[in-house]
Amino acid sequence: MIENIRLAFQGIWSHKLRSVLTMLGIIIGIAAIITIVSTIKGTNEQIKENLIGAGNNVVTVQLNQGGYAYDMSWSSIPSGVRVITEETRQELEDISGVEKVSLYNSRSYANMVYYKNTEFSGEIYGIDENYLSVYGYQVKSGRGFTQSDYENFRKVILVDSTAVTNLFGGESPLGQSVEIQGDVFTVVGVVALSEEFAPTINSLNDYYLYADTSSGSIYMPSAVWPTAYQFDEPQNVAIKVANTDVMASAGQAAADLLTQTQIVDPDNSDFDYRSQDMLEQAQQLQSMSESTNMQLIWIAGISLLVGGIGVMNIMLVSVTERTAEIGLKKAIGAKKKRILLQFLTEAAVLTSLGGIIGVVSGIGLAQLISAMMQIPVAIDVTAILISVVFSTLIGVIFGLLPATQAANLNPIEALRRN
Amino acid sequence: MAILKLTDICKDYQQGKEPVRVLKNINLTVERGEYLAIMGPSGSGKTTLMNLVGCLDVPTSGTYELDGKNLKDLNDDAMAEIRNKHIGFVFQHFHLMPKMDALDNVALPLLYAGVPLAERRERAAEALKSVGLEDRMNFLPNQLSGGQCQRVAIARAMVGKPDLLLADEPTGALDTKSGNQIMEIFRQLSNEGMTIIMITHEQSIAECADKIYHILDGELRTGDEEPEKGGGDSEEA
Ligand SMILES: Nc1ncnc2c1ncn2[C@@H]1O[C@H](COP(=O)(O)OP(=O)(O)OP(=O)(O)O)[C@@H](O)[C@H]1O
Ligand SMILES: [Mg+2]
Repeated sequence: MIENIRLAFQGIWSHKLRSVLTMLGIIIGIAAIITIVSTIKGTNEQIKENLIGAGNNVVTVQLNQGGYAYDMSWSSIPSGVRVITEETRQELEDISGVEKVSLYNSRSYANMVYYKNTEFSGEIYGIDENYLSVYGYQVKSGRGFTQSDYENFRKVILVDSTAVTNLFGGESPLGQSVEIQGDVFTVVGVVALSEEFAPTINSLNDYYLYADTSSGSIYMPSAVWPTAYQFDEPQNVAIKVANTDVMASAGQAAADLLTQTQIVDPDNSDFDYRSQDMLEQAQQLQSMSESTNMQLIWIAGISLLVGGIGVMNIMLVSVTERTAEIGLKKAIGAKKKRILLQFLTEAAVLTSLGGIIGVVSGIGLAQLISAMMQIPVAIDVTAILISVVFSTLIGVIFGLLPATQAANLNPIEALRRN
Repeated sequence: MAILKLTDICKDYQQGKEPVRVLKNINLTVERGEYLAIMGPSGSGKTTLMNLVGCLDVPTSGTYELDGKNLKDLNDDAMAEIRNKHIGFVFQHFHLMPKMDALDNVALPLLYAGVPLAERRERAAEALKSVGLEDRMNFLPNQLSGGQCQRVAIARAMVGKPDLLLADEPTGALDTKSGNQIMEIFRQLSNEGMTIIMITHEQSIAECADKIYHILDGELRTGDEEPEKGGGDSEEA
């Protein structure tokens, strides 16, 4: 066998140009697959990282009506839904895997918010003391909320950097007054997602994902929320969990608990609480990009098929060329199996080599695309292994016909031709 | 006991629609250690006979015994094994592997016999030495003269210690001097007890053998009998 492989390499080396041309189909096919797979994987990992952050394992549990998130911007206070009490918050914290719980009110459209003559069209939140740390926000300038802000119902707000751009034209907002629902609030700080959790927007998908926060956000202490908006608004919940593995289960448990405790008649209400972990969203996005790329992989597969036929063609030529050699080998006692194996090995070595070259050029191409188009790539070891094994398999499959032909050659006929 | 016994061997080839009988009732017994030559004009069936004797082909009818064993209904692999173990071939055009050196060419039959590498090398070197090529072991065929190539081929035929050496016009592609060298090797092998069947066109070469057979139109006669159709075409190719 080792001898066969050595001979195969010798044969390939002595027909360099022919071998390369023969391998071309395989090389292109494998290179295309590796490039596509690397790009998919890179994009997926980025989506995942953007959404769930590096360790920012947050599950949001929101009030839903008929399956859609209930948004107070457009609706009144829902009937039959209680405000979450401190007691329930404690229960949420006791769910296994839960590290921290934050309750907050929100409007996806902050109606009647002005700075001077500019109306703010972003989101507004009424947050508790845990909110910033649950989501991984950091105070970039100014200060965060203190306990006394909450106790003394101070009309203070935090803004994020997008709001700084959109509402304050990029100037420092600290100490500025913002009118919210007729009340005057003072900006005390600017917050931003800490570096490691910050989403990067590199693709259209990312853009849509973050588009709803693109006008910026304003945060006020939950204590003053009723002053600006309404009393008795049921809160949403953000839960920080220990790790991504428990996100789904902890989120589900929290949602079930809230549905049972907060909804007055849970069995007959169209309200319920649903968890929405980012991991799940990430997976949805990933499967979407995967399915489009699967089609590309099929096309690459056709190139492999064509490559295989090319290999078969060249092997048939090679058998004809080496008729005398095969005849002599059979005359001096080589059995069919040996001849068969020799040619199969040659085909397999040829295509494997093509596969390996394909993998290398695929990786190179992926890096190039990544550098040129800012698409992230990640090399998938499994894909590489499968590619090489698959290309070997192509050699065996398409080498079978030529090899059988060689093995069945009549030694008399073969020796006569010289 | 006879090493080779052919009884009523016939061989037909399909030519167009009708079968053409190329060999007609061949009866031939060869004793161990015999050295015989077969002569005949071109197309008379010499190679066809050689292929049958060498287990490269099967007769249409008749029986073929090698070393007392009736070789009948053997499959391809069994025939390959018999060729490998019992028969050594020397061809007119040498048929050496162009990319293997002399040593590897000679060792090739041993590879198919399953002999381990070290022993293969050793025995091949020995065989090359016996044909006087110990200083050409690592030469490629295209670096050797025709006569040297044929000696490599003889070493290859002999390396497996066969019962029978078959040579189809071994001097056909060689000049007289090289041809004579080959004949000397054959004579020596014969003296050592090897059974040799040699096909040739040339009377002078045939005379090196102990016994001459003539084949004409697929019929075999011993040298003592006169061919039916007298004539020069048995001398000329
Ligand atoms: N495979 C075949 N199919 C049909 N006819 C064949 C085949 N092989 C040989 N023959 C015929 O059998 C006859 C004998 O051929 P063979 O090769 O045995 O002759 P030969 O005596 O060896 O001739 P030469 O001296 O030219 O080598 C020829 O007429 C040839 O045409
Ligand atoms: Mg002939």
